[in-house]
Amino acid sequence: MIPGPFEYHRPGSVDEVIALLGEFGDDGRVIAGGHSLIPMMKLRLAVPDHVIDLRDVGGLDGISEDGGTIVIGAMVTQAEVLASDLLASKCPILAEAAALIADPQVRYLGTVGGNVANGDPGNDMPALMQCLDAAYVLKGPKGEREVAARGFYEAAYFTARGDDELLTSVRIPTPAAGHGSAYEKLKRKTGDYATAAAAAVLSMERGTCTAAAIALTNVADTPLYAEAAGAALVGSTLDEAAVAAAVEAAKAITAPASDLRGPAEYRTYVAGVMVRRAIERAEARATG
Amino acid sequence: MAKIPVKMTVNGNAVEEQVEPRLLLIHFLREQLNLTGPHIGCETSHCGACTVDLDGRSVKSCTVFACQADGGEVLTIEGIKGADGGLHPLQEGFMQEHGLQCGFCTPGMITRAHRLLQENPNPSEAEIRAGISGNLCRCTGYQNIVKAVRYAAERMNAQQEAAE
Repeated sequence: MIPGPFEYHRPGSVDEVIALLGEFGDDGRVIAGGHSLIPMMKLRLAVPDHVIDLRDVGGLDGISEDGGTIVIGAMVTQAEVLASDLLASKCPILAEAAALIADPQVRYLGTVGGNVANGDPGNDMPALMQCLDAAYVLKGPKGEREVAARGFYEAAYFTARGDDELLTSVRIPTPAAGHGSAYEKLKRKTGDYATAAAAAVLSMERGTCTAAAIALTNVADTPLYAEAAGAALVGSTLDEAAVAAAVEAAKAITAPASDLRGPAEYRTYVAGVMVRRAIERAEARATG
Repeated sequence: MAKIPVKMTVNGNAVEEQVEPRLLLIHFLREQLNLTGPHIGCETSHCGACTVDLDGRSVKSCTVFACQADGGEVLTIEGIKGADGGLHPLQEGFMQEHGLQCGFCTPGMITRAHRLLQENPNPSEAEIRAGISGNLCRCTGYQNIVKAVRYAAERMNAQQEAAE
């Protein structure tokens, strides 16, 4: 389990990272927490000639709120998400999901930026970001641009990020006060990816659902924003007919692989169960 | 690939070495510094036998390059000891509560529990179980491992109170 040889770079600024990425192209990879990249390098599924460490790069840390937008730096770790008072009060679904990622050691190093940028369909944060309608800030030689999480994922490990771009932060519209949210993940054991998982964020007003978003993890080769599932809930009282319609709409867009986590039919079924539980728990948490 | 210099503090000692960038921290500790306390179990960041403390965080040293730890502070099981230089309360706890059988996971368990108790000096059983969920014991002796961590927590809190 020895990774292939590479040259190690530890730049101090985003501009230096972008210059290095421009120079190395496909042969360079950035390393944040390293808990996706290093296992891939051990298996020689990734053999970058140049590894660019982000640990000394300034400006990629911190969780803040800026005029109705929560900004999470790319190098913020899952442990920092868990410890954030801001997220606990304004966007608790992130910590709820972070607690279900891997184990404490991995969460000390694993980053939000790495989790969302890697394009691994097993990662939990991408579906959350789709559910929350987050945008990713990408910085490249031509400047900065924002890409919606809902349009970022193209296929497993293929995303809208260019080879010469660095994901520097995630911007989340602060969820409405009184919203309810839940992340439901079925996994076989600690550290496992989801057999299927679902995120739900919704708002209620006098017993009627006024807004709802649902997204799914690890039941296709990308995270899935289940737009029709959310739409099935809006305007309803979250009665059985509406919830059943949302569950069916979510199941309809899944395309899971049959693997050690179960046959495709089972994983689609589990996705439906996760959606139902997420809606129920989000509803119980919503006020209004 | 050419070697590069790394400097770090390991168990309080300044270390300066040359490493290949691809050298993993666990191999650096075991083979270059002869610190064989941290074990190589799975090599796939699952088992936690290689757990060490890096800059105040528990990490699986099979999933960190030695060069990433440049400038850092590393603590391994070899650096964990009691205030008087004898056994640390955790080590005493693992002995008193039979917290080990084959002993392979023990250095990782103790190093991880050491950090857990820094962050949460009085963890419940559930918190201990969640806190060591990244460390596997193939003997499945978790019951006594949890008791050992509780033992250490109580001992350390009593020492703290006595000191105050």
